Amino acid sequence: MGDQAQLLPGTLDLLILRAVSLGPLHGYGILLRIGQISGNALLIEQGALYPGLFRLVRQGLLKATWGTSENNRRAKFYELTAAGRKRLREETDNWNRLATAIGLALGAQPEES
Amino acid sequence: MRLLDSIRFRIAVLFQRSQMNAEMEEELRSHIQLRADDLERSGVPRAEAERRARMEFGPGLRLREECQDAAGGTFVESLSQDLRFTLRMLRKSPGFTCVAVITLALAIGANAVVFAALNAVVLRPLDVPRAESLYSIHRVNDNGASLSYPNYIDFRDRNRSFEDLAAYDILTAGLDTGRNPSRVWLLAVTGNYFDALGIQPHIGRFFHSSDERGQNSAPYIVLSHAFWRSRFQEDPGVVGRVVQVNKHPFTIIGVAPPGFRGTILFLNPDFFLPLVNAAQIDSSKVLTGRSKRFLFMTMGHLKHGVSPEQAAADLNSISAHLEKTYPGDFQHITMTLARPSLYGDFLGRPAKAFLTALMLLSGLILLAACANLGNLFAARAADRSREVALRLALGAGRIRILRQLFTEAILISIAGGALGFWGSAMLFGWVRAWQPFPQFPIFLPLHADANVVGVALFLTLASGLLFGAVPVAQVLRTDPYEIVKSGSRSTLGRGVARDFLVVAQIAICAVLVTSSLVAVRGLLRSMYGDFGFEPKNALLVGTVLDMAGYRGDAVPAMQKRMIEAMETIPGVSAVGAVDWPALANGDFSASLVFTDDTTDLRPRNAVATVATLKIAPDYFSAAGTALLAGRGFTWHDSKEAPRVAVITQEFARRVLGSATSAVGRHFKTREGERIEVVGLAEDGKFQNLTEDLRPAMFVPLLQWPSGETWLVVRSKRDPQQLSAAIKDKLRGLDSGLPSFIQTYDEAMNLPLFPSRVATVSLGVLGMMGAMLSMTGIFGLAAYSVSRRLRELGIRIALGAQQREVLRAALGRAVKLLAWGSAAGLLLGLLATRVLAFIVYQATPRDPLVLAGVVLAMSLLGLIATWIPAQRALSIDPLILLRDE
Repeated sequence: MGDQAQLLPGTLDLLILRAVSLGPLHGYGILLRIGQISGNALLIEQGALYPGLFRLVRQGLLKATWGTSENNRRAKFYELTAAGRKRLREETDNWNRLATAIGLALGAQPEES
Repeated sequence: MRLLDSIRFRIAVLFQRSQMNAEMEEELRSHIQLRADDLERSGVPRAEAERRARMEFGPGLRLREECQDAAGGTFVESLSQDLRFTLRMLRKSPGFTCVAVITLALAIGANAVVFAALNAVVLRPLDVPRAESLYSIHRVNDNGASLSYPNYIDFRDRNRSFEDLAAYDILTAGLDTGRNPSRVWLLAVTGNYFDALGIQPHIGRFFHSSDERGQNSAPYIVLSHAFWRSRFQEDPGVVGRVVQVNKHPFTIIGVAPPGFRGTILFLNPDFFLPLVNAAQIDSSKVLTGRSKRFLFMTMGHLKHGVSPEQAAADLNSISAHLEKTYPGDFQHITMTLARPSLYGDFLGRPAKAFLTALMLLSGLILLAACANLGNLFAARAADRSREVALRLALGAGRIRILRQLFTEAILISIAGGALGFWGSAMLFGWVRAWQPFPQFPIFLPLHADANVVGVALFLTLASGLLFGAVPVAQVLRTDPYEIVKSGSRSTLGRGVARDFLVVAQIAICAVLVTSSLVAVRGLLRSMYGDFGFEPKNALLVGTVLDMAGYRGDAVPAMQKRMIEAMETIPGVSAVGAVDWPALANGDFSASLVFTDDTTDLRPRNAVATVATLKIAPDYFSAAGTALLAGRGFTWHDSKEAPRVAVITQEFARRVLGSATSAVGRHFKTREGERIEVVGLAEDGKFQNLTEDLRPAMFVPLLQWPSGETWLVVRSKRDPQQLSAAIKDKLRGLDSGLPSFIQTYDEAMNLPLFPSRVATVSLGVLGMMGAMLSMTGIFGLAAYSVSRRLRELGIRIALGAQQREVLRAALGRAVKLLAWGSAAGLLLGLLATRVLAFIVYQATPRDPLVLAGVVLAMSLLGLIATWIPAQRALSIDPLILLRDE
């Protein structure tokens, strides 16, 4: 577990949106999905997920409905709203731009005189 | 859309709080179960799996709080936090809190009172079923409503618009229930009155149309609930009792329900009796004669689907028909419909205009109070800028800080509103019990009903938001780093906006001071004005000979005996008699007059409608009315003698063309009698003080007999002793004659009432305006001195003179005061045009008023800046500089 990266502040929301964009999931499922799509590189504390979920619901980016899980437990399923989908697109673009810029900056070699 | 959603969400959160918590718990539980399932699948025993899942999940409490935060569920919690904090802050500055609460209490209380009056008089319908479709019939030209009985019958039976039309007249009578005969007010109503209104008796029964079987056929009376309570102590056995009204037996058959107080606001009749019996009370109320327009008002419910305009058109076509059928007796008049409670527009329009103006002024008071408080709040926020900066630096959201400020504002406004409302509710009680006129049972129905409560609550919250909003920009601009770094108190809040607030507030207050001074001045003038008679040193003795059973020739004989008896009282200089004293009881008779050469005496050919006062010979000297030419009357101007009259100058101008050669000329009455003008009297006021100059004539009582007799007794003696002597004399003549004695000044309370009420209310508002501007200036001056203590100290240390210190400390406050006062004075002068409708001779172009306003405002400024000035002068630079 030593090679797991610390989560940058503000990225949790983006990860949640991304995880849910692949299909409705319950909270635990979201955790598993994030682990899966990040190749188990990102660690999220189990409890820390929920404030993020509630915040996204309040902002109208996620929609929650009660349903039944694959092993027959009652669970709350989250899915993207139209606004959530739009936000995910914007944030992804933002993130990519930022990542490229930072990558560029860090990768640049000092000019040799 | 998002905003709306968010609001809906928050409201839902507020109400479904427990449900949400339960849901959250369930969700977290389900998460742990799912995790445990996974662990179990990888080989961990179930119990161990669940324990581990819970451990991994972490401590619950903090998480739950965070979740609630995130889900927006903290509204209630942070509100109560804000409340607790605010209460603590307010307790720390009791002076500020008291000033703010009292200012608001006064302003909101004033608004509640004025609105309650508006509500009672204009907005609230009569307390009868389906009041919204109840209309009375009024003439368009003079807003009058009177009809003769035959015309009423025609309107009632011919119209197709009303369910039924009922009519009534207002009478006074002597009531004898076996002890203690007294004067009472009653409504003589048509038999269908209660049925047309849809009222049910409280006990007993009402009379109906079926009880009317000709003159004097229904000797019944129905008591009002209030009179039943005050006179008969709610004795249910009173039904069936026979009482004497003007010495005629009447049977009490029922009691009206408590809410029903007759159909005109202000006057509460003691009882109701059938119109067919009215002639027993007052011999002039005869049911025959198309020209005897004595019915006070006619009204009814409109049929379903009929508009007031349609009904008026219907009535006008009947009116046209009547004019054609009775050309000599019916004058065509255009009718309109209005609300009965204020006698249509006659009382309704001035009452509405005045109350609306008053509402506007008290609204201004509230605005001024808000400006005042807004200023205080801004100053307070500036003083607290360090605290605000610190909280911002520690990560508090600006929204949260603003919310706390608003909580403070709303809390203060609610406290002020509650206090003000409580005060005004007390006032309503007093006003309801108030009887300004001994001879007239007036009732001002002020209540704190749902409308009043609603308006007070709305104003409270609105004003809280208004003055709470003043420091918002200031807080939003606060830069925490700058303030914390410099350690100085911020220099915020010296902006143009605050200066503007102060000027606006002072301007508003100056408007109020100006209008109240104009009103007071008008009232003073009205009290010493020229009425065409002299109310000082005159007593009015009201007797209604009808009430005591005098008829025919017995009436003038008794009048003469009474006058002669009064003349024997020592100290009495003159005694006159008149059927209706001018400016006292309002309702004198009016006659149509024609020029001498008119032969067709139809109403439309009349030159003027003139007020007619029927007087006994010595009236002019007793009333103090000046005779300008010719002679007064003597006892020889009797029925057998040629018809004579004394006319006023206005009469002479209107009817005869000029005043100079009036004496000796003739004019004609409706009945075709030629009347010779024998004297010319000065003009005067007859019905109310603000009336236009109207033509009037005086005619001898002997030629125009009337049972109404008001003796006018002129004497310099003490009124109390004199009335005792008068009572003695009257008892000597007839022990059963009801009489009513008051000074002429007292009798004039009624016509003066509107201007007095106007003056008192404007005076109160003016005082409040003055107080507000004083606290406003004081706040500003005190604040600016305290803020600049150090600077002033340095100036003093450097040798500044007192004058310079004062200029530095208070210059701005004084300048703002001057600007505000000037603006307010200007506006106030414009506003007095409105006042001129109500207040007697309210003229803004009055040097005394102008000077008064300037003086008052400078005085206020002086008082308000006195304490801050003292403080500025007493600064000891040594102590001050050492402190820093």
